[in-house]
Amino acid sequence: MYQYTDFDEAFVRTRVAQFRGQVERRIDGSLTEDEFKPLRLMNGLYLQLHAYMLRVAIPYGTINPGQMRQLAMIAERWDRGYGHFTTRQNIQFNWPKLKDVPDILDALADVQMHAIQTSGNTIRNVTADHFAGAAADEIEDPRPYAELLRQWSTDHPEFQFLPRKFKIAVTGSPNDRAVTKSHDIGLRMVRNAAGTPGFEVIVGGGLGRTPMIGKVVRDFLPVEDLLPYCEAIVSVWNLLGRRDNKYKARIKITVHEHGIEEISRLVEERFATLKAAFGGADQALLANIRAAFAPPVFAERPTDGFEAARLANPAFAAWADVNLAPHKAPGHAIVTISLKKHGATPGDATADQMRAMADLAERYGYGELRISHEQNVILPHVHKADLPEVYARLRAADLATANVGLVSDIIACPGMDYCALATARSIPIAQEIAERFEALKIEHEVGPLKIKISGCINACGHHHVGHIGILGLDRAGVENYQVTLGGDHTEDAVVGEKTGPGFSADEITGAIERIVFAYLDLREGPEETFLQAYRRVGMQPFKAALYEKDRADAA
Amino acid sequence: MSRQFTPKVVTANALLEGDAVWLTEDDRWTRDIAEAELIEDEAHAQIRLIDAQSRKAEVVGAYLADAKAGTAGPEPVHFREAFRTRGPSNYAHGKQEHASRP
Repeated sequence: MYQYTDFDEAFVRTRVAQFRGQVERRIDGSLTEDEFKPLRLMNGLYLQLHAYMLRVAIPYGTINPGQMRQLAMIAERWDRGYGHFTTRQNIQFNWPKLKDVPDILDALADVQMHAIQTSGNTIRNVTADHFAGAAADEIEDPRPYAELLRQWSTDHPEFQFLPRKFKIAVTGSPNDRAVTKSHDIGLRMVRNAAGTPGFEVIVGGGLGRTPMIGKVVRDFLPVEDLLPYCEAIVSVWNLLGRRDNKYKARIKITVHEHGIEEISRLVEERFATLKAAFGGADQALLANIRAAFAPPVFAERPTDGFEAARLANPAFAAWADVNLAPHKAPGHAIVTISLKKHGATPGDATADQMRAMADLAERYGYGELRISHEQNVILPHVHKADLPEVYARLRAADLATANVGLVSDIIACPGMDYCALATARSIPIAQEIAERFEALKIEHEVGPLKIKISGCINACGHHHVGHIGILGLDRAGVENYQVTLGGDHTEDAVVGEKTGPGFSADEITGAIERIVFAYLDLREGPEETFLQAYRRVGMQPFKAALYEKDRADAA
Repeated sequence: MSRQFTPKVVTANALLEGDAVWLTEDDRWTRDIAEAELIEDEAHAQIRLIDAQSRKAEVVGAYLADAKAGTAGPEPVHFREAFRTRGPSNYAHGKQEHASRP
């Protein structure tokens, strides 16, 4: 993976030293909160419901074992012994003390990590396909481009005071696992007629209170034009974007207001100027970055042990069926480690679990780990012969839950258990739904189904693009949960449709259960997924199942 | 016509720890809402809020939150304020860890 240059190292260390001084001045009273707040947000430090929260960037979700162990150390030394992996491939610490934060940032800098631009009106951590560099369907590893974007966007002088935050996602596969259509800029790798890889550039996607599916602004962008083209998009928006109303400031609104044709015209015009100005310096940089992402030399050996273990151990077979994905190298698999044990908090890992995953990556995974936007951890390269041992060690670390992509593999934002913006809780709802389906023992029968929960309209839990989305609201001082169906986060992205009136915290799990049973009743067979069935039959049968009890009670 | 004033407490987050605190009648910041001053008068509430907001080196983001009189002292009205008196529901962290009262 990418190693910091002297320049990167000096930049991060200087920023930590600056922030140390700013924290000291805040504590001794020479800075007011109004003065300090923008400074702390530039360094990922929020003040939440019960404590400060530090959001640490995991650029494009790639992390090495040494970094993972350092996160474990930080969790134990300055927090409560765990960390929370987020839907933006970041990790959040929920309980740091203000005076300790500079020390935490120094400890992060020791392993080439930081919290810069994880907040504020800047270009945020660039996210990527969590199977990058490993997926069988991949055209090219998107991470060199993501790293190039990170270097370009970090402290970019033109883009430190944007109208609002700005999020970029990159995927190197036509099958989009990075939710590119819900980002301010989505980059999806495709090939042109000549077979050359390039990017389909999508702009103006976003969730939140005004969900929008991104629009294609350029069908095929040669990879060498990436930076000037992205700079053109951000700079056009920086001038046009509405600073009068924060709810209308995101580029999705700008695209909606001006139309994709006009935005495209302005971007192409700006791009023509910028392309000349870049003068190829970015390409020299990209060549160096590419070398840092060279794939490991994949071992070639028999996979017999894997097949034998599958036959001998049904629990291992069940795990292998759902937690493995096809790898590009023969004899290898991509392992998704579920952080969604039934009844646990989605995305949380204890310090011990972080160390166990670091050990596994080092011993069986070519030293690589990834964080997914679905709040799981990935071992991208594992030889199949090692899978039985990996599974056994995951079990020992309480990390062997076989539920990836199933009902209980729920995305949930921190919600009102932590977040100052939340209008309702998310975590207890996710816990209860997962436990209910575990008790029913039907999630493997139900098959692929993505439930996504947000505790407010800002949609950190991606509820709009969940097959089943749940949005927690405050209705007259009571938590209320609104359900959407048919959302899709892939290259065919769709915003889900509201079912009707919401449900109380006591009712929501039962409501989800009725939806799932309705699906089992109406599907044409086990091969028809929930989403396919929904697209075939529409909302009505699910609505009937959801509200029939209410009607019976009223009758 | 303005809406009828409902009782309030002054609350904020502590600067150093970040946890929820409430203003007492004798100008202390307490971790226990039951010790807070329950304010029944709107003009007094505004003055107490201005006092609180001026204590910039102690707290962040002071505001008035609805509260009601309970047996031991003020109690929260809204569920968000109730969570602030306890901590998160997924772990016994935050105030509930050290709570002497149920």
